[in-house]
Amino acid sequence: MRSFQHRLSDFDARGTRIVGISVDPPEINRRQSQKLRYSFPLLSDPRAEVIRRYDVLHPGAAPKGADIARPAEFLIDSSGMVRWVNLTENIAVRSRPEQVLDAFDQIAPVVQ
Amino acid sequence: MKRRWNWPIWLGFIVAVGGLFSYEFFAQFPITRDFPWANLLLFAIGAALLLVGLFRAFGRPQVYRGKIFGSIFVTISFLLFAFFAYEIFYVLRQVPLSSHAPRVGEKAPEFTLVDPNGRSVALADLLSGSKAVVLIFYRGFW
Repeated sequence: MRSFQHRLSDFDARGTRIVGISVDPPEINRRQSQKLRYSFPLLSDPRAEVIRRYDVLHPGAAPKGADIARPAEFLIDSSGMVRWVNLTENIAVRSRPEQVLDAFDQIAPVVQ
Repeated sequence: MKRRWNWPIWLGFIVAVGGLFSYEFFAQFPITRDFPWANLLLFAIGAALLLVGLFRAFGRPQVYRGKIFGSIFVTISFLLFAFFAYEIFYVLRQVPLSSHAPRVGEKAPEFTLVDPNGRSVALADLLSGSKAVVLIFYRGFW
């Protein structure tokens, strides 16, 4: 997500917002946002309800066996429709901002 | 005659240990995280040095030390590498299928979640006035 923060101006220029979603409580998200200087919001889903709704739960994957989110990225247009999805097959490999910006630029004529 | 210090064994062992413990550092950057070539390179350099040291120790034991500790270091280094390879090439790939995740062309499920300041944020709020929203689900920091 650090790389998304670095490219935030490119997302702003496209009228696109970014949010992070995890099971972390707001206190941890506040601390992380300050520490890593994220200016996009990190949202808390402590009971993983939204994470389940999107079927991106990774059961028992936290060190203490708690349920957490698997890495996944969704691009949603202003009508609320999913336009691009990345479901990685490797926890260490996540989308790069360029991929999402490209995906946006491909749907942009329709969105605008 | 006092036998000489077999430095490649020591250096190779340190480099191999570094190959494992530098993962946390290299994982910060997508270029060294997507494929951990930097760590694998360190393991390879460590292995080469250990082999040189081991050949010296067993080839010219009257000149170089290291037959015993060299073998121990090689074994430990190999176990570290095996652990690394298991984590990277097996554990990290155990990701659920997410076959019911919303697909392209489907409506994104609505939600309301709490931001770091305790305010409720709904997907509809994020979408109003913007052209698109990127949701990044991540594992978290616990």
